Amino acid sequence: MLGPSGSGKTTCLMMLAGFETPTHGKVILGGNELNNVPPHKRGIGMVFQNYALFPHMTVAENLAFPLEVRGMSKADTEAKVRRALDMVELGDFGHRRPAQLSGGQQQRVALARALVFEPDLVLMDEPLGALDKNLREQMQYEIKHIHENLGMTVVYVTHDQSEALTMSDRIAVFNDGVIQQLAPPADLYERPENAFVAQFIGENNRLVGEVKSIDGDTCMVDVGGNVIRSFSVNHDGVGSRSTLSLRPERVTLNPADGVFPNVFDAKVLELIYLGDHIRCRVAVCGNDEFIVKVPNAHGQISIKRGDDVRVGWQAEDCRALDA
Amino acid sequence: MTVDAGTAPSGPILAADGTPLKVSLRKAQRVRKLRAFALVLPLLAFVLITFILPIVDMLFRSVDNPVVARNLPITLNVLKEWDGTGTPDETAYAAIAKELVEARENKEMGKVATRLNFETSGMRSLIGKSVRKIRRLKEGPYKEALIKIDKRWANTEIWSTIKRIGAPYTHVQYLAALDMKTQPDGSVGMQPEDRQIYGQIFMRTLWISLLVTGFCLLLAYPVSYLLATLPLRYSNLLMVMVLLPFWTSLLVRTTSWIVLLQRNGVVNDLLVWVGIVGEDGRIQMIYNQTGTLVAMTQILLPFMILPLYSVMKTISPSYMRAARSLGAKPATAFVRVYMPQTAAGVGAGCLLVFILSIGYYITPALVGGQSGTMISNFIAYHMKSSLNWSLAAALGTILLAAVLVLYWLYNKIVGIDNMKLG
Repeated sequence: MLGPSGSGKTTCLMMLAGFETPTHGKVILGGNELNNVPPHKRGIGMVFQNYALFPHMTVAENLAFPLEVRGMSKADTEAKVRRALDMVELGDFGHRRPAQLSGGQQQRVALARALVFEPDLVLMDEPLGALDKNLREQMQYEIKHIHENLGMTVVYVTHDQSEALTMSDRIAVFNDGVIQQLAPPADLYERPENAFVAQFIGENNRLVGEVKSIDGDTCMVDVGGNVIRSFSVNHDGVGSRSTLSLRPERVTLNPADGVFPNVFDAKVLELIYLGDHIRCRVAVCGNDEFIVKVPNAHGQISIKRGDDVRVGWQAEDCRALDA
Repeated sequence: MTVDAGTAPSGPILAADGTPLKVSLRKAQRVRKLRAFALVLPLLAFVLITFILPIVDMLFRSVDNPVVARNLPITLNVLKEWDGTGTPDETAYAAIAKELVEARENKEMGKVATRLNFETSGMRSLIGKSVRKIRRLKEGPYKEALIKIDKRWANTEIWSTIKRIGAPYTHVQYLAALDMKTQPDGSVGMQPEDRQIYGQIFMRTLWISLLVTGFCLLLAYPVSYLLATLPLRYSNLLMVMVLLPFWTSLLVRTTSWIVLLQRNGVVNDLLVWVGIVGEDGRIQMIYNQTGTLVAMTQILLPFMILPLYSVMKTISPSYMRAARSLGAKPATAFVRVYMPQTAAGVGAGCLLVFILSIGYYITPALVGGQSGTMISNFIAYHMKSSLNWSLAAALGTILLAAVLVLYWLYNKIVGIDNMKLG
């Protein structure tokens, strides 16, 4: 689950866990309705944002807790705790208190604790939010691998889109308490269904105009006098306002004639050299914030600030979405 | 510039002007230290004068014993030669006769008699009577004369008491405070059964303090939990209700308990009206231990609630959620995850309430009656009524020692670093 702060991700997660009561709708896990099942009987593992490791227990006692309250025998408990600790590579840390561990280690313990009783579903509420960037990326892969090895379902809440793209099979994009789109990462990026998703996932150029005509999958949109041929996705028909969404890397600078149906005159306002590519801000169709990513290939670096250029793109890459 | 490890300067690191870094650092910090000290100086002086000195004085007063030594020096000097059996010889009788008359003229005789009377009752009347008659006696032999006035002067015990009390420093007050006394033969033993009071009072003080602490904990725990978990709007209101009695005068609260709990008070009227007790079955709830317990629990409750609240406030609700998501029933989660985390607050609150209640004075004095009085009431009695300040000081010192021992025990078991007052 991905979305900006306050979009309802955590509330939704808490409903799954049973700490919030849904006003309507059902929570169903494996065919069983869970609405009236209290949290401790749902058998859902959960990793909290601040880990919520019990500070008065050692790491091993923390891991043993879910097993003890299930009445598991001492020997079984010990064996499972040992296996879980080995899984997160903290085999020698069982006797320590959570406060004696680093952030990354605490995070692993929290993960192991949520997994040790073998739940069908594990909920994670921004589990990597408190870690620094390098450790976060490392932990993303670790969680992904553990997930692949154990094969349970994970519902993962984050507001970091790169984390969501890295870790997910499917992403639910939240805004204003509503799921905007539920799709695999590639679909979200390539085929956003509304302006919010297009804007939220990755970089995006927006052009706002009026739909003039529709012809099958394509439509003509008038943006400040320039008519753009676009891919018709999600608008209210002829005469309605529409936001055109266009990825910066799908725009070509100074294209050869006849390749693209959309070619417009533009003026280079700013150039930022980024090594593998150059970010080029141009003014086109009345939009001063239009970004073009120019690959740093042979013969492409001759543009200068203030140059008049032409930009072009395919109709399929320009998606006409809701205003 | 690179520094080669082989040629690095040995010895102390030097500052830019060539003085060792340690010295110049100390110099730089001296002004700051002085300023910090000057800032705490007023408080230090205040604590010294109003807290440390009185306690030292109290400790001193509990062993200080000047009255008899000052007024009967010759007698005591003579008694040094006495072997403690039978009666001393004529010189001792002559000396005490002379010195008692002198003491009467200096208006010191009352003090001497009172001091001796603490040790052996009847001494006051004996001395008073003897001095009145002895003044008319022009010359000796004093021994026969005194024994003629009162035959108790022939008792070995009287003289051994005078000899013992004559020491300028003494532990008799501590013996008295522990219901012990020196027997005529010089050994230390318990007071007779009917004269033992302080041991019982100390035990009762400990017992009442323990009960008050227990009741406070029982009542405060749920309230603090509510305070820490309710939404701010309600918890603020609740906090005001907790603090309101705190801002009311102690005397007002204690006396309102008298109004409520007395035989013809509100609670008894209510019980009679409902029919739980009959008109003649009204329950005695005040001027006894019950009254002390009820009033003290109510008065000391905030001292338990506040440390508990401040600790509970810091416990994130996600711990309970985590415990429940891991499969613990709400009660199990509370006992195994929440309660251990409040241990610091429980320790702090209990220590605070216990130490406050062990020396509590006004409330037991007002509502305690006979069975609800505590050691502090006896200390006050000896300060104000019996004027035996030395015994009061000894009782106070024992109380102080008991609190320190408890504090030490607490530190051993719980660890004072784990305590959180806020």
